[in-house]
Amino acid sequence: MSTSGVRDVTGLPTYTFGHHSLMWWGTMGIIVIEGTVFVIAIGAYLYLRSLAQAWPIGAPPPDLTYGTLNTIILLLSAIPNQWTKKVAERENLKLVRIGLIVCLAFAVAFLVVRAFEFGSLNVHWDTNAYGSIVYALMVLHTTHLVTDVLDTIVLTVLMFTGPLEGKRFVDVSENSVYWWFVVGSWPFIYATVYWVPRLP
Amino acid sequence: MHSALQPVGPRAELIADLMLLFFAVSAVVYVIVIAFLVWAIMRARERAVQLGPAATAQADRKSKVAVGVGAALTVLTLAGLAASDFIVGAILRQPPADPLRVLVTGHQFWWEIEYDDPVPGNRLRTANELHIPVGRPVQLIFTSRDVIHSFWIPSAMGKMDLIPGRTTNEIIQVSQPGTFTGQCAEFCGFQHSKMRLTLHARPAEEFDAWRQRQLAPAREPQTQEARRGQQVFMQSSCILCHSVQGTAAAATVAPDLTHIASRRTIAAGSLPNTPSALASWVLDPQRIKPGSRMPASRLPPDDLSALVAYLTSLQ
Amino acid sequence: MTSAEYERERAEVEKTWAEKPGWLGQLMVVNHRTVALRYLVTTFVFFLLAGLMAAAMRLQLARADNDLIGPDLYNQLFSMHGSVMMFLFAVPVLEAMGIYLVPLMVGARNIAFPRLNAFSYWVFLFGGLMIFIAFALDIGPEAGWFSYVPLAGPEFSPGKRQDFWAQLITFTELSALIVSVEIIVTAFKLRTPGMTLKRIPLFVWAQVATAFMVLFAMPAVMLGSSFLISDRLVGTHFFNPAEGGDALLWQHLFWFFGHPEVYIIFVPALGIVSEIVAAFTRRAVFGYLPVVLSLLATAILSFGLWVHHMFTTGLPPAGMSFFTAASLLIAIPTGVQIFCWIATFATGGRLRFHTPLLFVVGFFFIFIIGGLTGVMVASATLDSQFHDSYFVVAHLHYVLIGGALFPLVGGIYYWFPKMTGRMLSERAGRWQFWLFFIGFNVTFFPMHILGIEGMTRRIYTYSASSGWEGLNQLATGGALMIAASVVVLIANIISSLRKARTAGDNPWDAPGLEWATSSPPPPSNFVRPLVVTSRTPLWVTPHPETVIGLPTGIRSVLVTRVHDAEPHHISVFPTPSIWPFLSAIAVTILFIGSIFTPWALVWGAVPVAIGLIGWFWPTKEETATHCKYEVKPPREAPPPSEPAELRL
Repeated sequence: MSTSGVRDVTGLPTYTFGHHSLMWWGTMGIIVIEGTVFVIAIGAYLYLRSLAQAWPIGAPPPDLTYGTLNTIILLLSAIPNQWTKKVAERENLKLVRIGLIVCLAFAVAFLVVRAFEFGSLNVHWDTNAYGSIVYALMVLHTTHLVTDVLDTIVLTVLMFTGPLEGKRFVDVSENSVYWWFVVGSWPFIYATVYWVPRLP
Repeated sequence: MHSALQPVGPRAELIADLMLLFFAVSAVVYVIVIAFLVWAIMRARERAVQLGPAATAQADRKSKVAVGVGAALTVLTLAGLAASDFIVGAILRQPPADPLRVLVTGHQFWWEIEYDDPVPGNRLRTANELHIPVGRPVQLIFTSRDVIHSFWIPSAMGKMDLIPGRTTNEIIQVSQPGTFTGQCAEFCGFQHSKMRLTLHARPAEEFDAWRQRQLAPAREPQTQEARRGQQVFMQSSCILCHSVQGTAAAATVAPDLTHIASRRTIAAGSLPNTPSALASWVLDPQRIKPGSRMPASRLPPDDLSALVAYLTSLQ
Repeated sequence: MTSAEYERERAEVEKTWAEKPGWLGQLMVVNHRTVALRYLVTTFVFFLLAGLMAAAMRLQLARADNDLIGPDLYNQLFSMHGSVMMFLFAVPVLEAMGIYLVPLMVGARNIAFPRLNAFSYWVFLFGGLMIFIAFALDIGPEAGWFSYVPLAGPEFSPGKRQDFWAQLITFTELSALIVSVEIIVTAFKLRTPGMTLKRIPLFVWAQVATAFMVLFAMPAVMLGSSFLISDRLVGTHFFNPAEGGDALLWQHLFWFFGHPEVYIIFVPALGIVSEIVAAFTRRAVFGYLPVVLSLLATAILSFGLWVHHMFTTGLPPAGMSFFTAASLLIAIPTGVQIFCWIATFATGGRLRFHTPLLFVVGFFFIFIIGGLTGVMVASATLDSQFHDSYFVVAHLHYVLIGGALFPLVGGIYYWFPKMTGRMLSERAGRWQFWLFFIGFNVTFFPMHILGIEGMTRRIYTYSASSGWEGLNQLATGGALMIAASVVVLIANIISSLRKARTAGDNPWDAPGLEWATSSPPPPSNFVRPLVVTSRTPLWVTPHPETVIGLPTGIRSVLVTRVHDAEPHHISVFPTPSIWPFLSAIAVTILFIGSIFTPWALVWGAVPVAIGLIGWFWPTKEETATHCKYEVKPPREAPPPSEPAELRL
């Protein structure tokens, strides 16, 4: 043992919200990785487009209705999501439960609309390279939607059944951060899938 | 011996000169850096166990200067090398006047070579042996029928890839007659190793004469055996892939055999073009070049020797 | 405080951080050192197997027109050799060094996200086992470690061989990405008080730079391999030119990852060099800031070079010049580091020539050659001759073996006492060094000449008329020397492990925090975290301040602020768990299943979801314990700028 001085950290909190928490850093790590995947996938889309004589290849552009509807739903879902984050950081269990359920209602809505979106792409993955890359973008984003919805379901159940401790609210808060990423990445994919084919 | 440092044409010479420049600069850099390292280590072996803070601070000032100078010299050296690369690159990219145009198509595992000509009848197709006139630049236009290959003749030119769905091109120019070897440089599957090629550079007149001979349709078989060999050829699976100009065989999957006997090697440089090698190749290509696209043929011995007699008559 | 109280604290901390006993406990391990040692042993076994494959190839090439190994097997051998060495050895072994050392060097009790860490190891292990089992069943990859399309596509590689390759990528990249996040978070948030940004050990900086490269590079190849496998399995056309796809898209995706990959392997090794140079010159590496900036610059620049692997694909000349310039530029930060190390030698204390330093000196001799040939292949003009020839084989081995393996072996000699409590034999170390150093140069130097003479890569045979036989024989002879040196290393390790633990805490009198704890360290690494006041803590303060007040009944880890490493809060770290292992099995079923049917992505997701939920779901006892120690963060008001600490 040493005889020199000591530094006492008694009483420091055992969890925290925001960018000091390890959960936040982990979430950011995932966001950086997935964000890079999205950027490269959009890059691949534009690369294939630059090689093609005409774009889209052999198909009309995707119909706008469902994609646009889903964009609106997704953007609106940011509101209950942010509210849930806030009440989670106040550790208000009752409001967190309400917030998570509202978020899940939105989740069900856009997963249903997403199914219709796939029907209105006007192309299949095995039609040609254009169809392949459109499907790649859509499947990538949908995978993120589905995983985050599952994540939210698990959290919601936990919030009703327990066992609970303070740092579970950090999980809710970070779930919201990740949700922001899923919402925030969509407009770029929406623009690429729905509007780039309409460019002259 | 064929080497990138024994260039046989002006373009390969430029690259070889640039290579020697890089080698020389690198050798000097290496000797200097290693000399400093050895000096520093030698010095450090006979010193106090640990320097005091004052000595370290003084050493730091000296080190700062030394590292700064080293970094600056590194930047200058790299800039010089980059500039020489850009200059040589720019010279090599200048379009040549009046090149001969040759289309090279990659196949697993052979080279299809077609001499371009405005008159369709004068387009000459051959395989695996590129003949060019000495002194004249030749523009090679590359594509591939299957996977990516890469065309390389070290003493005459650098590589260029043959990519399906794309065309690439590169100039080759040779200033002395001779035969130079090369081979596929991009891994292309089972027999990447035996996808070789030869370059025959010859004086312009000789080249023209060669070209005229190659344009002629196949010689009619002269001997009894060769005629029987032709029948064997026409009735066997050979014609599903090969063509012989002037006969009914017109498939383009495999090398054109119209003048097969004029070539020095068979199977993309795998075997010398001798009757016995030809016979063993036809009988069982998979033994010689496993993975080759050519199937074995179950020919009885006399059919085989007749076929070989026919093929060796195709001068 | 009395020493009895201290001993009680030590006992409590050790009990809290102990792993579970028994074979089940082995599957539940979350300690970063245990996981790292598993990684090290596993990668070393993969290295031996891939090395044997290289030896087989060298035997085949020893004679012209040799028929020892046919093209089918040879193509699988070099595809496996490259893929295994890159994905299952070089990258993970250096990550393993990071997993072991980064937490110790920053004074943390475990790596951030320890259960994910365990998961990453299992995923890595199962991916590696998959590819070797596939190879043993004659369905090993056959289109090279780079798997160019269309050769690797559905038309020209029917069967499952390339699908296994694509999934190998998925496995290894998943584990590498996880490790990178852990290392970044550990280095930024778990540093012991006082370890400001300017006091982070150079090895840790190197690991951080590497981790960032992984984060941005690996997604490209994961996307690429997903495109490849979907072209092969569900009929997409990403790489099919007949339907609007493009063969070069694969090359862009692959090399956008593949070039940073080289630096992902060699930057951590530079960190090892810095640590060893400092320890044996008894002087902090000269030029801390330039070295750190060089590491970061290398990481950034490495993303601007990928096209120099595509100089012969007929790209536009302007692009080629740009990438030539960028490729030359990256020589500058590497040069700066070499100059700084030489300055450190020149101005340090008396040099102690132990085996670790010997390997570092060998690194200089070999790696600088690799760097200079790197400058040559960076020239688009010269690359038209060098590309895909044995010159490049020589170059890349000079860079990877000289630049990464020599420092790594030096690092093994250096940290072996910390990991095991035992010293490796110096005498055997010298034998191993000279066998390796001479054998390496005899093997690979002739390949420069072979390349210039026209010998292309990836050929299983060559004709006698090529004139390549003599140098190839020489190379094969050298390869046998390398094999002998590996045997000496193995013998050295085995005989050392049988000896008593006599190394002590700090056998080299080195300055880093990892030497401030016992060898091997206790379960929590440090009974109490240490406070540091300099870059070379053990040389400056032999008896540093310690942190007290961390609850001993839970796995409490001090989280500090990024810039000044002042304590911010306490994070409660997870206990051993079987779920990472089970989840890794579920993920393995999904990945391997999807080779055979795309529906595996659907039904395979169910066990994965179960695994992850089981992993996340808190148990009642665990929660109760946590609640007992819970201290809520201050409400409303932002976290205090002056952390709650007391100087006693």
